[in-house]
Formats: sequence, C-alpha cells, structure tokens
Amino acid sequence: MSIGLGHYLVVSGLLFSLGLYVLITRKNAVAMLMGVELVLNAALLNMVAFSRLGRVGPDKLDGQVFALFGIVLAAAEAVVALALVLQLYRAFRSVDTTETTDLKG
Amino acid sequence: MNGSIVQVVLFYLLAALALTGACLVAFSRSIVHSAFALLGTFVGVAGLYALLAADLVAIVQVMVYVGGVLILILFAVMLTARVDEGKESNPTVGKIPGLLAMLAMAGLLVVTAVKAFGPRTVISEANPPSTVSPIGNLLLSKYVLPFEAISVLLLAVLLGAVTIASGRMRKGAGGKQEGEAPR
Repeated sequence: MSIGLGHYLVVSGLLFSLGLYVLITRKNAVAMLMGVELVLNAALLNMVAFSRLGRVGPDKLDGQVFALFGIVLAAAEAVVALALVLQLYRAFRSVDTTETTDLKG
Repeated sequence: MNGSIVQVVLFYLLAALALTGACLVAFSRSIVHSAFALLGTFVGVAGLYALLAADLVAIVQVMVYVGGVLILILFAVMLTARVDEGKESNPTVGKIPGLLAMLAMAGLLVVTAVKAFGPRTVISEANPPSTVSPIGNLLLSKYVLPFEAISVLLLAVLLGAVTIASGRMRKGAGGKQEGEAPR
C-alpha cells in the first residue's frame, strides 16, 4: 500500500469541486474569492503531483516552477480582487453580488 | 517500509485536513468561520507539497497563502461583512444546482483520476535532495523571461491595488472633463 499519483489527483479533484460549489452558491464577493483560491490550490497541487510522480521523472522541476508562478499569480489576483471589493463596499455598502448590479451607480 | 507507512498516514492526515477545511469553507454559515477554515486547507496543501518533496513550494505556500492571502481575506471580511448583524453572514443561493454541479464535477474528476492512475505505484526516493537550488537555477536560466514578466506584473498589481483601493479613480469617472482632471 503506497500513495500514488491517483491519490493526489483525487484530493485535488475534490478540492476543485468544493471550490466550484463555493463559486456557484455564495453571494458574498469575498466568499467567492475563497472559492477561487480553493480552485487554484487544486490546480497547483496537480502540477506539483505530476512533476513528482508523473512520467517526466522526479528530477524534473518544471511543475514546481509552474506552481511557484501560480502562487504568485494567485496572490496578485487576491490583492486586486480585494481592492475591488473594498471599492464595491464603499459604493454600495454591500458586497452581495446579487445587490451590486448597477453600473455607474 | 517504515518510512512508507509514515508517508501513507501523513498523506491521509494532510488530505483530511485540506478537505475538511474546504468543506467548512463551502458549508459554513459564518464567513469568518469560512475564512479561518481556509487556513486548514492552505496548511494541508502545504503539507502535501512537502510530502511530494517540493520543499520550496511548501514553504512559499505557507508564506504567501497563510501569511499573505489569508490575512488579506480576513481583513476584507472584517472591513466589508457585517458579521455582527446576524448569525448568517454568508448566505447561499441555489444550493441544489450547486450540489449537483459539485457532485458531477467531483465524480468526473475522481473517476478519471482513479481509472488513469489508480494502480500505479510511487517512485520512492529514500532521501530526496533539496529543490531550492535547482529551482533557483531554473528560474534564472530556463524561466528567466516569465520570472521577469512576473516581477513587472507584481509592480503593476502593487500600483493598481493602491490606485483602486485609494478611490482616486472615481474622480476621473465623470466622462467629459477627463482632460482637465487635476494633476
């Protein structure tokens, strides 16, 4: 009994589906951002798992470099999204995405 | 053999931590609870990275996600959500379609993963070498262009986030008088 690539892919698939559920069901913009983070984490876990256990061989580190770039992109996306959420809250006093529907409101 | 047992137990513990955190994020009624549950997910995934011998990625995950993104999200929650007003600060819409989509996606991904990679075993190195120095070499040789591009992106994000969050943009949003906007 040992841990193979399939185990990691199952974990990452479940993380992705939970993130998808959050994205579909939440109305709060900050909560939706948490869903995006879950999805991104699932994708990055896939990259690292393939880089270690896939056919490329364990000494190839390209997957890990991709994961590092992905982490940086996720952080950048979170910063801009939260700045937008703050402005949204300033304009509407709410971050509920079903209420904040006016353009140029 | 001993090491592999430890590996198996650690994998299941970390996977359980990550998935429990994700479930709490998905199903918790308070958005503050969701934000704190995200901590479990990030730490669990960082542990899985460490288990995959990706030590640098694990450390960066802890530093950037737990130390940065999570704190930012918590700040945003406290600045925007009126958590003290009611118990349910994190309402959901369309639970049934959401659950259906989640189950369909989970089933598809899990079945595909198990069918494609189920019986394959691990390449088990006794003591995998540190990845820090090879990744540093890769970043400055093969991936130097994305590396530089991402540094420019970070600068743009820094300026953009400050501009958006400071609210200066709204002055220029008047339309016609953009030309004589104050310097």
